[in-house]
Amino acid sequence: MPTFDLSSTPLRDLNSALHALSEGANDTAFDVVNPRGAHAVAVGIDAPVTVEVRGSVGYYCAGMNDGGTVTVHGSAGPGVAENMMSGTVVIEGDASQYAGATGQGGLLVIKGNAASRCGISMKGIDIVVHGNIGHMSAFMGQSGHLVVLGDAGDALGDSLYEAKLFVRGTVKSLGTDCIEKPMRPEHLETLRGLLDRAGVTDATPQEFRRYGSARTLYTFNIDNADAY
Amino acid sequence: MSYHNPYTPPRKSATFDDATLAEIRRAAATGIYDIRGAGTKRKLPHFDDLLFLGASISRYPLEGYREKCDTSVVLGTRFAKKPIRLKTPITIAGMSFGALSGNAKEALGRGATIAGTSTTTGDGGMTDEERGHSEMLVYQYLPSRYGMNPRDLRRADAIEIVIGQGAKPGGGGMLLGQKISDRVAQMRNLPKGIDQRSACRHPDWTGPDDLEIKILELREITDWEKPIYVKVGGSRPYYDTALAVKAGADVVVLDGMQGGTAATQDVFIENVGMPILACIRPAVQALQDLGLHRSVQLIVSGGIRSGADVAKALALGADAVAIGTAALVALGDNDPRWEDEYQKLRTTAGAYDDWHEGKDPAGITTQDPELAARLDPVAAGRRLANYLKVMTLEAQTIARACGKNHLHNLEPEDLCALTMEAAAMAQIPLAGTSWYPGKGGF
Amino acid sequence: MCGIVGLFLKDETLRPELGRMLSDMLIIMTDRGPDSAGIAIYNAPTAGTWKLTLQSAEPGVDFAGLSEALAARDISARVTVKDTHAVVETTADVADVRAFLQEARPQIRIMGTGESVEIYKETGLPRDVVDRFDVRAMSGTHGIGHTRMATESAVTTLGAHPFSTGADQCLVHNGSLSNHNNLRRTLIREGMTFETQNDSEVAAAYLTAEMAKGKDLGEALAGALDDLDGFFTFVVGTKSGFGVVRDPIACKPAVMAETDQYVAFGSEYRALVNLPGIETARVWEPEPATVYFWDHAKAA
Repeated sequence: MPTFDLSSTPLRDLNSALHALSEGANDTAFDVVNPRGAHAVAVGIDAPVTVEVRGSVGYYCAGMNDGGTVTVHGSAGPGVAENMMSGTVVIEGDASQYAGATGQGGLLVIKGNAASRCGISMKGIDIVVHGNIGHMSAFMGQSGHLVVLGDAGDALGDSLYEAKLFVRGTVKSLGTDCIEKPMRPEHLETLRGLLDRAGVTDATPQEFRRYGSARTLYTFNIDNADAY
Repeated sequence: MSYHNPYTPPRKSATFDDATLAEIRRAAATGIYDIRGAGTKRKLPHFDDLLFLGASISRYPLEGYREKCDTSVVLGTRFAKKPIRLKTPITIAGMSFGALSGNAKEALGRGATIAGTSTTTGDGGMTDEERGHSEMLVYQYLPSRYGMNPRDLRRADAIEIVIGQGAKPGGGGMLLGQKISDRVAQMRNLPKGIDQRSACRHPDWTGPDDLEIKILELREITDWEKPIYVKVGGSRPYYDTALAVKAGADVVVLDGMQGGTAATQDVFIENVGMPILACIRPAVQALQDLGLHRSVQLIVSGGIRSGADVAKALALGADAVAIGTAALVALGDNDPRWEDEYQKLRTTAGAYDDWHEGKDPAGITTQDPELAARLDPVAAGRRLANYLKVMTLEAQTIARACGKNHLHNLEPEDLCALTMEAAAMAQIPLAGTSWYPGKGGF
Repeated sequence: MCGIVGLFLKDETLRPELGRMLSDMLIIMTDRGPDSAGIAIYNAPTAGTWKLTLQSAEPGVDFAGLSEALAARDISARVTVKDTHAVVETTADVADVRAFLQEARPQIRIMGTGESVEIYKETGLPRDVVDRFDVRAMSGTHGIGHTRMATESAVTTLGAHPFSTGADQCLVHNGSLSNHNNLRRTLIREGMTFETQNDSEVAAAYLTAEMAKGKDLGEALAGALDDLDGFFTFVVGTKSGFGVVRDPIACKPAVMAETDQYVAFGSEYRALVNLPGIETARVWEPEPATVYFWDHAKAA
């Protein structure tokens, strides 16, 4: 198992080693120690590797992940798993703002809390947060799912497109054009699947409420001008 | 005694002119601000207000066609392992698939490739047509991140982080429902037919201190191979250039307010930003103050139309220029051959700017398959290549007349200004004097 | 645009380490602010003694014989020179010291005054600034620091942060204000004076002016949320602690950590990684438009 000690090895060596894997390579389990809040750890993965990061990371860990499984045994800084395409990213601690921003696919699991703008501009990613999320989460969310076991901050789902939001706790306030929607059987089933994939065992889909777009901003109307 | 009351002709207000009155009536009737494409239509101080001082006795010109005048430029020499090498300093500005048809994107790629220069994607991702037909393709990294993916990032030749553009510094784009076709909707992951408002700030960073970290991430993802450009709209060019450089850019792209847009509010296009003439010197000054002029390259755009404009931009200190509107005209945009159809749209060739409606008779700014089929990408690409080559020759002609063996050796001192405004904005002495207004500040 | 750090010690045994810990935090934030750096360091006050931190572009001239010159005016003072800065400790009236300086050494700038604060700031890389003032050797109860990437105002010593906002109070800022020019004009009409075109100096002056009207620092910061437009994370140092406030949009980063030994602030988590026990600390991000305070006086 290749181990990269970021206190002595340049970040560039880690990322280029991750990118250099040829198809069918055997040594696909990477260990990263002493990240000490470093930025851009394990970014641009394009193969089914596993990366265990032992400690907390800075901005954009696992950015644009495409097929890798990255676990951070610590907390993550802003923009973790930004624009993820596929694969899985698990944060054992908390995530800072912009977690999963613009993610197009894959699964992001945050075992602690996520700060503001979690899932901003999400485009297909599934995000499961065990704790709470901060303000402006899922802002302009286009598609994918955001599941929150705890509480949501202000302006959840502002200017939402077709992303689907499930919150078990309280929502401090809903953003413009975001409304609560009925939880139908297909939503319960989707949610069940998401909870299973994220390894959540202490919550049932029935405990959640669903939020989505009211779709009133989809075409311009001057009488909605206050919402712009 | 009675006086004959002499006739006084009706007098229209200069303040409330016909266009203003029409706009007030339009706003009152529709309840929507005017959205349109293209760039500002107001008259601005521009390159036309500068002239070159050719060589004579004190300096000696070069012979055309015999004595070499190099036009090549290398972009991204600061940090990137694989800089971009262009035969001409005229590049094609970012224009999205969505705003433009697939055929138009292909034609841009073909034309640029023949001329030895680069094209640029836009808000909406990279298409195969474009990648396949562009030898050198710059991939824009925009706030909306539509269609953003690491595979395209790696198959690009450079990455352009877009902070803003000249038509709307501080604003996001507007792509109205008419142009969200199935394919555009799929590429942007949006429902078909809805209005799409692009974000004005990037979703996962704000400010130069964060930008530095974003640039690091993009370099790490692409193994430090690709040049990273940072594009800003012309508003505070000294500071924005300095900060882009501090954040780690290889190339700064500076777009003046004459730069076009696919669609945004007319009030934005006409009232926000600075003319390119006023932007270049402060940006160059910032690079000089940092000791990086020519090692971080500066690409300027916004109203570049001719080889004279190219030469003037380079003389003011730019390393290259980008063209958008002019490239579309070369492809066939606003061509009088479609005049009958422009008339049906209640406009005329040369004035058509409702690009957001998707009804472009020339088949360029549309997603309608029948209209798009009107543009032959091979023939249109050839027209663009011809135009690019003519502009390059024109710029060379001027450079030789000033005694230069490379376009980059043009200097501000090779110019004089015709108007006080141009003299002040470009910091070029008024013709026949050694003086320009506003010395020492910008 | 910048990096901010702050450290408030609960554990008295760490006080001799404060300068070293803050220096580490500050240097890690170099990427966010390579143009200039500064710190405000607070120590337990000695009753009846005031400190003035002075700065001079020509310290060899301005600080020469300063303590003798003060003594000649019957101002007993101890002067400690550190590079371009000097700290004057005095039991005399601070107003007398100011008056003397204005008259006899007009080139000297007063960076801050108070019973416990000392402020050091200079242009250059944070590591060099820390070395010039030997910040690592400083002890104290709490401190804040700043690394600057200048946006629209000049890179000068006076443009560096922290900015003093009153006795024992100072401010550091990350972000960019959008209404500071109008606000500066208003404050000038109200009698405030400015040394720079820096937006952050306007924020500092705003807080000073509001507190001069009788508001406490918490109230002044709450007022800032209404009256300052743009993007900001502020950390404010006070005699007995520090405060944090972010604008309502809150996109400029801010991370806090708390253990039994300290409360720490960083623009990034990286700034905190060398702190003892950080692995098990409570780490969180301050909420937007919310005023936070940690205070030795209240903790005691």
